[in-house]
Order: sequence, then C-alpha cells, then structure tokens
Amino acid sequence: MADQTLDAKGLNCPLPILRAKKALKDMAPGQILAIEATDPGSAKDFESFCTQTGNKLVKASEDGKVFYYEIEKV
Amino acid sequence: MAEQKRLAIIATKGTLDFAYPPLILATTAAALDYEVTIFWTFYGLQVLKKERNLKISPLGNPAMPMPVPMPVFVQMLPGMESMATIMMKQKMAGKGVASIDDLLAMAIESDVKMIACQMTVDLFDFKHEELIDGLEYAGAARFFEVAQKADITLFI
Repeated sequence: MADQTLDAKGLNCPLPILRAKKALKDMAPGQILAIEATDPGSAKDFESFCTQTGNKLVKASEDGKVFYYEIEKV
Repeated sequence: MAEQKRLAIIATKGTLDFAYPPLILATTAAALDYEVTIFWTFYGLQVLKKERNLKISPLGNPAMPMPVPMPVFVQMLPGMESMATIMMKQKMAGKGVASIDDLLAMAIESDVKMIACQMTVDLFDFKHEELIDGLEYAGAARFFEVAQKADITLFI
C-alpha cells in the first residue's frame, strides 16, 4: 500500500521525474510513492533516477498504456 | 551519502527550442541532487528576461518538422515566425511538455544558480531590471571557478 500517489499521466520528460522528486521530498524514509505515468521514456528514467539518488524502485510495470512505479524513499 | 555532484552549463541560445536543453538538464540534475549552475551568455540572456518572448523559426532550420512541406520563400513571409511559434507551443502543451516559464520557475525553486554574462548585458544594452531577480552578474573567470569544480560541464 502506497503512502502517497502521484499522477504523472500526460506529462512528458522531465516532468514525471521532477514531480516525483518533489513528492519524495515531503515523505519519510521507508515510505512508498506510487506513480502513474504515460511517458514511455519514464521507464528508463525512473530506473536511473533511483540508481543515482539511492531511492529504491520496488515496482515497475505497465499495462500497455500506463506505467506504474513504486519508489521507496531512502 | 557520496559527495554532491556538480553540473555547470553554458547556455548561449535564445530561441524557444534551444531554451529547453539547459533548463531540462538543469532541473533534472537538481532532482538527482546535483548542485547546478547555468552561465547564461549572448542570446541565452533572452531566456532570463522578465518579459520574455521566445520564438522559433522554420527559416534556416531544415530539420524542423512541418505539418505541410513549405518552401523557404514562404517561410520568410511576415507572420510565419509567430505562426510557427504558436503552433510549436500548442504542440508542446498537447504533448505534456513543460513551458519555459514553468521550467525556469522549477529551476529557481530547486536552487539552480544562475549567472548572467555582464559583458552581454552591456553589449545588448540590457538593464538588470529587465532580467529576472536573483541573478549573479559576472564574466568568464567566474565561469571557470564554477567549471573547475564541476563533474560535468556542458556548452549549449
């Protein structure tokens, strides 16, 4: 169960990442941010975002139209 | 946590399309916890104007995708630049691409440092009041002070 959700559907690079960063800022370590996005580039970008910031990408999936991510704040 | 990484960008262009790369990279790097500095020089200063009116021109830009093929002599007709700018802005909004105003606001909000080239300000007779607040005014030597500490330096 996510502690917070972010609807980034319809947003293009770099907005999903920027919005996610902003959301994570106000969360506590260990909390989960759930993100929905439609930007196909976001798949690699959220991977890279987590690799570089130390946050954990605990879930990444898609249903053909929408991409779902869950990030655990470090 | 590892030492904070630093990004230094020189932004030299003032068209609507070329205002994007420095701001997209700066805001993204800031989101990745970089300390970011942009040195705005020459036409780049147009992006920092309070009353900015950035435009895009198909003229001299054969790579720009056009809805219909347009000969160069049509591209140079009065109003074509404004029309191309309006169409590009509509396309960007439709595709969920941030506006330059928004990206600039986000860059400032995430503490991206902005240095404006004082020589260019003099060259184009700009006044500090015409440009957004919070800028540092300096020259090439200041840029090297920033760049020598940067992990990544980009010229755009």
